[in-house]
Amino acid sequence: MATAELTASDYIQHHLTNLTLGWLPDQGLVFAHNAEEAAAMGFWALHIDSLLWSIGLGYLFLIGFRKVADNVTAGVPGRAQNFVEWIIDFVNENVRGSFSAKNDMVAPLALTIFAWVFLMNLMDLVPVDLIPWAFGQFMSLFGADPHHVFMRVVPTTDPNVTFGMALAVFFLVLYYSIKIKGVGGFVGELTLHPFGKFGIPANLVLEGISLLSKPLSLSLRLFGNMYAGEMIFILVALMYGHNMVLSLSGGALQLAWAIFHILIITLQAFIFMVLTIVYLDMAHQTDH
Amino acid sequence: MNINLTLISQMIAFAIFVAFCMKYVWPPIMKALDERATKIAEGLAAAERGQQEQEIGRQKALEEMKAAKAKAADIVAQAQKRYNEVMDEAKRDAQGEADRIKTAAHAEIEQETNRAREELRERMAALAVAAAEKVLEKEIDANAHKALINSFAKQL
Repeated sequence: MATAELTASDYIQHHLTNLTLGWLPDQGLVFAHNAEEAAAMGFWALHIDSLLWSIGLGYLFLIGFRKVADNVTAGVPGRAQNFVEWIIDFVNENVRGSFSAKNDMVAPLALTIFAWVFLMNLMDLVPVDLIPWAFGQFMSLFGADPHHVFMRVVPTTDPNVTFGMALAVFFLVLYYSIKIKGVGGFVGELTLHPFGKFGIPANLVLEGISLLSKPLSLSLRLFGNMYAGEMIFILVALMYGHNMVLSLSGGALQLAWAIFHILIITLQAFIFMVLTIVYLDMAHQTDH
Repeated sequence: MNINLTLISQMIAFAIFVAFCMKYVWPPIMKALDERATKIAEGLAAAERGQQEQEIGRQKALEEMKAAKAKAADIVAQAQKRYNEVMDEAKRDAQGEADRIKTAAHAEIEQETNRAREELRERMAALAVAAAEKVLEKEIDANAHKALINSFAKQL
């Protein structure tokens, strides 16, 4: 909450800074105390909060599904199995609808993306101050200043996370493009369309852009949506510190935005999954 | 919002999660789903078969019932026929018996009549002889006139 000694921009800045672990030339391996320090750490730093939440949620998803898979029965399914089967059926239907080649990896990949991204997005619905505040209080027990302890709970608002996933998908697209079509076929696809062999430079530019736009759009779409959504939660939360009317309308706005956001987090997870399937399908297509 | 090592960590985590999902989560559940689909298909086919068999059985039962009915009707008709025959035979037998008894009675009556007539005739002959004896009031040699008397008696 925006306390008296904290300005609104400080509050927002606090919410948008990751818990960063990295090297500082004068301090060694430390957690960054502010955004400037985090930026100064350069590439060799880790967003501990993003990783903790993303890996924790992915672990939760896999453990839950694995538990069901362990006790799976072809007979009458229980409640948990019903739920898992519903999701798997949904994913499988999408894969079968969009992916025409044969690849046993695509469906589990799609399921992992959908469930994982959904869970990460779902963290957006946790009241925006709750976990950071609790974590700040917890860390203050060890002598840290809560104002310099950062905690971002929605991993998909961290471009590292979305770019990481999109790049992994991109590498899979490259791998399968080369595996299915051969290096020559893949290079041919990049250079011989749409203008034939006399327009190779133009073809390369066009096809290269279309290829590179895949991971970029995949990650930026998810990141942009979640970042904007979180920003609105933060801005709405700013209203609480003032008077009664603003607080009440802030509550109403928070509720309305949260309900609308349920749609967005599901939709973004779905889009990420479907686009991954489509990109991989394109990588498997031999005729352009 | 700095791009840093988190990106590569996320890629590695992603790869591990997908591999785990692909190995330990997706196949068993998919297998169960396929198995259930097969089971349901089999169940439906069995139900279909059962229905067909039931229809055939019903058809068969109907036919058998029809045959049994026809047979029963046949038996009843035959019994009726046999009954009529027996009745006719009995009637005929009774008629024959009656006729025979009647004929026998007629014959007996005839015989009796004849006997009575013979007796009457002999008596008449004796009477006639006696009467003639009386009329003639003389002894007649019965032996000498026996032939005459007998011929007289025969004319009676």
